[in-house]
Amino acid sequence: MIYSNNLTKKYGDQIVLNIESLEIPKGQSFGLVGNNGAGKTTFFSLLLDLIQPTTGKVLNNEVQVNTSEAWKPFTSAFIDETFLIGYLTPEEYFYFIGELRGQSKTDVNELLSNFSDFFHGEILGQKKYLRDLSKGNQKKVGIVASFIGNPQVIILDEPFANLDPTTQIRLKGIIKNLTKNREVTVLVSSHDLIHVTEVCERIVVLNKGEIVKDIQTSTETLKELETFFGG
Amino acid sequence: MIFGALYFIAIFLALGVGSYFIIKKEGLGDPLRFVNQYMIYYVVMDIYIRYMLQKMPILNIKPLLYLPFKKSQVVFYSLGKTIFSFFNWAHAFFFVPFSIVLLVEGYNPLGVIGWHLGIMALFYCNNFINIMMNNKDSVFYPLVALLAILGICQYYGWFDITVFTAPVFDMFYDIPWTALISWGALAALCFAAFGYFKRNMYLDAGLATKHDIAKSEDYTWLNRFGNLGTFLKNDIKLIKRNKRSKTTVIMSFIFIFYGLLFFTGSLEVYENPVWKIFAGIFVSGGFLFSFGQFVPSWDSSYYPLMMSQNIQYKEYLSSKWYLIIIATIISTILSAFYLFFGLDAYLAVIVGAIYNVGVNSYLVLWGGAYIKTPIDLTSNKKAFGDKQAFNIKTLLLTLPKLLLPLAIYGLGHYLINPTAGYIFVALTGILGFAFKNVVFKKIEKIYKKEKYKTLLAYKQKAA
Repeated sequence: MIYSNNLTKKYGDQIVLNIESLEIPKGQSFGLVGNNGAGKTTFFSLLLDLIQPTTGKVLNNEVQVNTSEAWKPFTSAFIDETFLIGYLTPEEYFYFIGELRGQSKTDVNELLSNFSDFFHGEILGQKKYLRDLSKGNQKKVGIVASFIGNPQVIILDEPFANLDPTTQIRLKGIIKNLTKNREVTVLVSSHDLIHVTEVCERIVVLNKGEIVKDIQTSTETLKELETFFGG
Repeated sequence: MIFGALYFIAIFLALGVGSYFIIKKEGLGDPLRFVNQYMIYYVVMDIYIRYMLQKMPILNIKPLLYLPFKKSQVVFYSLGKTIFSFFNWAHAFFFVPFSIVLLVEGYNPLGVIGWHLGIMALFYCNNFINIMMNNKDSVFYPLVALLAILGICQYYGWFDITVFTAPVFDMFYDIPWTALISWGALAALCFAAFGYFKRNMYLDAGLATKHDIAKSEDYTWLNRFGNLGTFLKNDIKLIKRNKRSKTTVIMSFIFIFYGLLFFTGSLEVYENPVWKIFAGIFVSGGFLFSFGQFVPSWDSSYYPLMMSQNIQYKEYLSSKWYLIIIATIISTILSAFYLFFGLDAYLAVIVGAIYNVGVNSYLVLWGGAYIKTPIDLTSNKKAFGDKQAFNIKTLLLTLPKLLLPLAIYGLGHYLINPTAGYIFVALTGILGFAFKNVVFKKIEKIYKKEKYKTLLAYKQKAA
C-alpha cells in the first residue's frame, strides 16, 4: 500500500531521515517506535506531503504523494493539534471533516455512535469548543475524526499519549478492529512499547533517522525492544 | 504593530502641533477650552481602544507562579510593565507639542503644566481601569452605548454632557494644584489593581481562562453551495468566534467612515479629484484589505489539516473570495450616507467597489500567499499589522491595488471628463471580473508552490 524508496530529509547538513526502502502492505498494522528526534513525525509528514523529501519518493497506493493529490481521498491522519479547528465544537468538526470526505450528517452520526464508549460522555453535547477541551479529549476527537469517510490508510502519531488508562485500552481494541479484515492500513507511532507490541503486527525502530530494526511482532518482541532501548 | 503605531504617532504629532492654530483659525474660541470641551470623548475613546487592543498583563504570569518570587513582586512586575505600553505614551505625542504651543502662545505656564499632568494621569487611570475590567463585556458595552447616546444627544443639541465635564478639565488649568486630584485617583487605582490581582492570583480565579459556552451551528442554508458552502460555514464561524477576526470586522466598519476625511474637505491635501477614488476604494474595501490580506493565515493554526484533507484549493479560495465580495457589497450599501455629500461622492464609492470586486479581490488573495505570518485567533496582538506582512512582493502588489485605479481615473478625468474617469475605473473592474477563472488558476498555482514554505512558517507559533 505504501512504498518509499531512497527517502531522505536533510535540514542543512543534518540528516533527520534516511530510509533506503520501506514497504507497508495493505491491511497491515504498522508500528513506528524510536526516541525523540528519531524521525517518526518526519516520516509521517513526508507521507502526508507536509514537507518535501530531499531525495526519494513516497508512493501511497501507487500515487506519488508529492506530485499528485489523488492519495488524499483515501488517506487520513491525526498528527497533532494542528489537525483540529479550535473554534468549532466537536460535532461541527466531525461534520466538517465528513463534508470534505463526502459523508452526510447521518453517515457521520452513525460512525460516531460506535464510539460513545470511547468518548466516555466527554465529547458530544458538551457546549465546548475544541480549544477548551483537555488535551486527552482533543486527542479523542482527532483520532475518531480520522476514521470518517472509510479511509484505507490511517496515520496516527502518538495516539496513546495524553489518554487516560481506560481510553488507552479502548483505543487498542479499536485499532485492532480496524485491521481485522485486512482492508485498512494503520500506521501508528508510539513511545509506549507495550501498547505498540500489543496492537501492531509489525514494528519498525527508527534511530537517528535510520531503520535499525524491522520486526514481525511475536511474544519475544517486547523483550527485544526493551533490551534495545534499555541498553 | 510598528507601521500602525508610526501612522498614529505621525497623526498625533501633526495634530499636537497644528490643532491650536486650526481651532484658532476656524474661530472656535479658545483652543484650550475647546479641547477641554471634547476631552471627555477622547478619554472614553481611549478606554474603548485599550479594551479592544491592549494586551492583558496576566497572560504571561502563569510560568512565574511557581518560581521563587513573592506574589507581590509578580503582580508589581506585570502591572508595572503595562505602564510602558504604547497605549499610554502615544498620547504624549499629542499633548506634549500641544502644551508647548500653549506655552509659546503665552498661556500661564503653571496652569499648562497642571493641565498637562492632570490629563496624563487620567490616561494612566484608564490603563488601570482597563486592566481591572479585564474583558468584562457586561461592563464595557453598556459604557460604549452610553457614550454613543450622549454623543448623539450632543449632536442634536438635546443634552450636552460636555457642559458638565469641560469645567473639570478646565479646572486643571485654572487651579493647577487640582491636578493632584487626578494623580490621587491614579494612586488609588494603582492600589486597587494591585490588591485585586494579588487576591486573585490563582489558576481558577483571576488567572482562569474564560471558556465560551459553545453552541453548534449548522447553517444548513449554505448546504446548497456544496463544498463551497462547507468552507463558507467554517469561515463564518471563524469570524464569529474569534477575537482577532471580530476586531478585523470592526476595523473594516470603521473604514467606511474614512471617506469623511475626503468628502467633507477637512483635509486640504485630499482635495485633488483623483483622491476620491482612493477614498472609494478604502470605504468599500475595508474588509477586503483587513481580512483578505491575511488569507490563508486565518487558517494557520490548522493548516496541516487543510493540506492533508481532501480539499481543492479552488473551493477553499472561492469561499474566501465570496466572503470578501459579500462584505464589499455590504460596505457599499452601508456607505450610502455619502449621498449627503452629493451623488459624486457615492459614485466614487460604487466605482471603488467595482474595482475592488473585479481586481483587488484577486490581488489580496494573491498577496496573501506571500504573507506567511501565523495568526493567533484568540488574541488581538499584531492586529494593526506586522512587519513581516510588509515584504517586497506584497508592497509591489499594493501598487495595482491603490495607485493603478487612481491613474486610470486620472487618465479619464484629465483627458475627457470626470464621468469618463469613473467609467474607466469601473470598466477595469468589470474586465477583471470576466477573467476570474484564469486568475484563480494562477493564484492556485502560487498557493501550491508556496505550500511547504507556508506550512513551515505557520509551525513557528504566533509569537
